[in-house]
Amino acid sequence: MSSAALARNLVITGVTASALVLAGCGPSESGQAATEITALDYYADQQGSKAWQQVLDTCAAETGIKVNRQTVPTDQLLPKILKDASSRTLPDLLFADNPSLQQIASTGALTPLTDYGISTEGYYPGIVKAGTYQDKVYGLAPGVNGLALIYNKDLLQQNGIEPPQTWEQLKAAATALTKDGKYGLAFSALATEEGTWQFLPFFWSNGADLAKLDSPQAVEAMRFVSDLVTAGSASKSVLNWNQNDVADQFVTGNAAMMVNGSWNLARLDETAGLNYGVVPIPTPRPGVAPAVALGGEVGAIPATGAERQQAAAKVLGCILNEPNMVAWDKAHAYVPSKVETAKKFGQENPAMQPFVTEVETARARTAELGERYSTVSQALGAALQSVLAGQQSPEDALRAAQEQAGRP
Amino acid sequence: MTLGTPRRAAWAFLLPALVYVLLFFGYPLVNNISMSLREYSVRSFYTGEAPFAGLDNYAAVLGDPLFGTAVLNTALFTIGSIFFQFTIGLALAVFFSGRFPGSALLRSLLLLPWLLPLVVSGAVWRWMLDQDHGVINAALRAVGLADGPTPWLTDPGWALPAVIIVNIWIGIPFNLVILHGGLRAIPASLYEAAALDGASAWQRFRHVTWPLLRPVTAVVLMLGLVYTIKVFDVIMVVTGGGPANATQTLTTWAYQLSFDGDFAFGQGAAVGNLLVLIATVFGLLYLRSARAALREEQR
Repeated sequence: MSSAALARNLVITGVTASALVLAGCGPSESGQAATEITALDYYADQQGSKAWQQVLDTCAAETGIKVNRQTVPTDQLLPKILKDASSRTLPDLLFADNPSLQQIASTGALTPLTDYGISTEGYYPGIVKAGTYQDKVYGLAPGVNGLALIYNKDLLQQNGIEPPQTWEQLKAAATALTKDGKYGLAFSALATEEGTWQFLPFFWSNGADLAKLDSPQAVEAMRFVSDLVTAGSASKSVLNWNQNDVADQFVTGNAAMMVNGSWNLARLDETAGLNYGVVPIPTPRPGVAPAVALGGEVGAIPATGAERQQAAAKVLGCILNEPNMVAWDKAHAYVPSKVETAKKFGQENPAMQPFVTEVETARARTAELGERYSTVSQALGAALQSVLAGQQSPEDALRAAQEQAGRP
Repeated sequence: MTLGTPRRAAWAFLLPALVYVLLFFGYPLVNNISMSLREYSVRSFYTGEAPFAGLDNYAAVLGDPLFGTAVLNTALFTIGSIFFQFTIGLALAVFFSGRFPGSALLRSLLLLPWLLPLVVSGAVWRWMLDQDHGVINAALRAVGLADGPTPWLTDPGWALPAVIIVNIWIGIPFNLVILHGGLRAIPASLYEAAALDGASAWQRFRHVTWPLLRPVTAVVLMLGLVYTIKVFDVIMVVTGGGPANATQTLTTWAYQLSFDGDFAFGQGAAVGNLLVLIATVFGLLYLRSARAALREEQR
């Protein structure tokens, strides 16, 4: 090809590309309903991805709207959304970790779900709160998850130990089960949201409050967790383990008990010879309801143009429909986010019952602090690491965290 | 005066490179500088509004207790990595400059760390360094070098040495390859002459190899320095900057400021710019020394 021809072709390519971009961005004037939308999620693991694809396929068939799905790793979701937001190329439907919703909604890129007649009736109040930013609901989920104590039935039976219900029992059980190169308990204490999320059930159940990180209740909770590590009942490696690593330790028999979420149950079921049980997270005193953090992803609809938004709302509405909700919850081991549905679900799936029980008293991480939660969470996670690594006492670490979190 | 044809041709040759540099280096850099001077929040990405904040972000970063930690860790990481990468790389290069059967095969095997994606080798090292079940602690115990398990990744005192070890392992092949090339360029006749003069192996290295390898050494060290200062993935995969910030360097800290909790993009950009500044200083030093070496050669 001559250079003139090449130049001409390049110009044509450029003009075509610009025209395509313009056509893609501008609101279409036709007034016809969109028949195709894009959706973004972070279900990158095999089970989660398969379950999600199934519900999307079902809803594509039910609504007649084609869903182009994009999946990114968990830690890439928010950076991707921010990038898309600045270039005005947000997906039509996105599923984000519920504490991130506050950040995303604060950009002004999301539309309230009431615009599409999606009702919050019958949902757990905590879940609605997690999806609410400045009094408007921007996100709703077909299911939620939470943490519980998962234990190796055989190991507990061999040692004559009952599944623990209180901190004291948990400590005693962890001590007794730590032997033969096994640890009694495993959990994640990463200096990220993952570590904070795993620590919150201890923090909240003891009456501590995210608005004041250095309260005596908070110090006591942190001391309880760090004592488990100092005493050797939990490996010091908890500092580096994410929740998948924790599940690895449990599956391979290196840990007798673990703090982990329901989404791991399918994996435990697949492990031959593993006999496990689930109880709610032990509480400081008997009779206290555990206060775990509500986990899971909420579906939200960014402002991408009226027709596309309507189409996305149709798909989201379909995902939230009871049969689809239950099918997805079953496939992904999540708890349905509607009260009555969850109750029935728990009765039909005994291993999920402790999770259903906990969701009733679970709290939304962002309910109190809104978008400030992420700063506070980061400070709390850093304090936990500092204490477990033996750098600071719980008092000092939490005081520093409160100072850091309180910075304007 | 009109532009002569040769000059116009020179510009034509320069133009693609110039456009590339401006587009892919200039634009992001200018953007990053502008970001570091603004109060850039999550909101700014959508609205485009980011109020001018002057040097506030730099002040916040410099006043943060983590700043000192990050600078010190970056320095220790860089110096420790480069020193051992270079000495081990040089030793291996000298070893492989002698011809023996299997040399080529062994050399290509030693390239392996370079060929593996960092995320893969980082994840494998994380398992190997595991305190309880890691193969490294098992090996140390087996040969009697340690009684108890070494808390490689869980003790703030050990974590930095651990990531430095991983980075040394990754960096050896680069040093080996370049230095090996440099050694091949030294004429064999010089060694023959030295041997005739009765020079020992050490004397041959000290008086023939080392001085003639100097230009290559300068290149290896300077490139190594610039590579190592900005290492991000190794640390991120192996320790994530932890435990308790023990392996937090300027790069991991910049990421943390931007994406972990605070979403202080302006401060993250400020740390990134400080890093660019440091790397630029070393880059200029390299150019100067390279020019000096060239002049010396031409003389």
